Amino acid sequence: MPQQVPRLIAVFVIAIGTLVLARRFLVPETFGEFGHYRGAAVDSIAARPVKFAGRQACAPCHGSIDAQRLAGHHRDLACEICHGPAASHASAPLSGKPEIRRERALCLLCHAFDPSRPTGFPQVDSVTHNTRIPCMTCHAPHAPEPPVTPRECSACHGGIDRQKAVSHHATLRCTTCHDAPESHRQNPRAVLPTKPTDRAFCGGCHSGMPPGGLIPQVDLERHGQPYLCWQCHYPHFPEAGI
Amino acid sequence: MSDAGMDRRAFVGDLVAACLAAGGPVLLGVVRMAEAQGTDPGAYDASEHYYGIGIDVAKCIGCARCVAACKIENDVPLEPTYFNTWIERYVLRTNGDVEVESPNGGLDGFPPIRREGEVLRTFFVPKLCNHCANPPCVQVCPVGATFITRDGVVLVDDSYCIGCRYCIQACPYGARYMHPEKHVADKCTFCYHRLVKGLVPACVEVCPTNARVFGEVEKRVTPLARFLRFNDIQVLKPNLNTQPKAYYANLDGEVR
Repeated sequence: MPQQVPRLIAVFVIAIGTLVLARRFLVPETFGEFGHYRGAAVDSIAARPVKFAGRQACAPCHGSIDAQRLAGHHRDLACEICHGPAASHASAPLSGKPEIRRERALCLLCHAFDPSRPTGFPQVDSVTHNTRIPCMTCHAPHAPEPPVTPRECSACHGGIDRQKAVSHHATLRCTTCHDAPESHRQNPRAVLPTKPTDRAFCGGCHSGMPPGGLIPQVDLERHGQPYLCWQCHYPHFPEAGI
Repeated sequence: MSDAGMDRRAFVGDLVAACLAAGGPVLLGVVRMAEAQGTDPGAYDASEHYYGIGIDVAKCIGCARCVAACKIENDVPLEPTYFNTWIERYVLRTNGDVEVESPNGGLDGFPPIRREGEVLRTFFVPKLCNHCANPPCVQVCPVGATFITRDGVVLVDDSYCIGCRYCIQACPYGARYMHPEKHVADKCTFCYHRLVKGLVPACVEVCPTNARVFGEVEKRVTPLARFLRFNDIQVLKPNLNTQPKAYYANLDGEVR
């Protein structure tokens, strides 16, 4: 045997031995368990915390609201779309309650008019649709329905109707203040609807309630005497007089 | 004396036999109970699943609740360049121009469509990792840090990734990004941590119009099977032979 062959064999043995030893220490333990990757990585990714509890987590405690939601147009919505991630609340109900967002911006995320949205999805023009009022004033978020609007009056009194629609009085029906007999529709000029006649009528809503609510309150005895309310405030757009 | 010794040996032998006869079934029972506890019926078995997602473009309203939920669920950085899923708005003009926009992934809403030119069609397209059955990102990874699991989900091993960005270059769908804090590649995991607990991904959970449908690709009793049966299905960039498992319904030919 030539002298160099045993030396070469020795070199090869050392090289292969080093490789085997290096692989033993450098390749992770679970590498190749399922494929060309670290098997333990799957477990560590699977162990990440869950933030959204899922819609089935809410019904056991909030059953009545859930039943309401399932019967209405929002039946496909998960609670956590509006109320935010609630896995921590679901595991410990008393610590950290989910948010209740009442502002218009939340509803407009889905319901603001956008030409790219599919045809038929309920959308509103956010600039003209009751701008000053939170959506939940008219639409119950858990069982939303399009509110019934008195279209009969707007057929002739469209200007007033459109102005009222963007005012604080948007939610009031015409018949809240005007008593319109059926015959007014046949003989509009012969039979006129009634109008409020005294300050006490406006005071029915604007005085006597605790201040700080949605409806501004005044002291009828002292505020703006001796004038009638509508001499300063236009009832179909009451901000205008302030 | 020797008789007594024989008696003792026989006695011990009988005793052992009696103990075995009495204790054997008890021992077996203990072993079976231990086995029963080991095979927990609720335990997750990856080999029984093969996941895919269906996306109905005609149902997407572009509200980007999926984008917001994904960022929360997976701790995705809030900067507008990191998304596991995002919403694109397509505007097709009558002169053949196509405008694609995704400002902050759709999270802050979309600006009004530019007035010039007549609009032929406009719609939203949700995008995410396609979890390809033949993923280019996995092929190029030099260390085996990104891989496809037995249940068909493409994942990144963030403690093994060396941050070379080959996979980000290789992904034809732009679904990967470099995580700014972990300094490794990151992407949609189909919310793997939710799947093993029997939940659906966060984006599917919060979609208000059921535009996203999640389920098994190969089983018949799953919402995805119904989705695939009842819709005309397309995938993104089929010419690349990536075999995506994000199935799009009502997809316009202009979407890439």
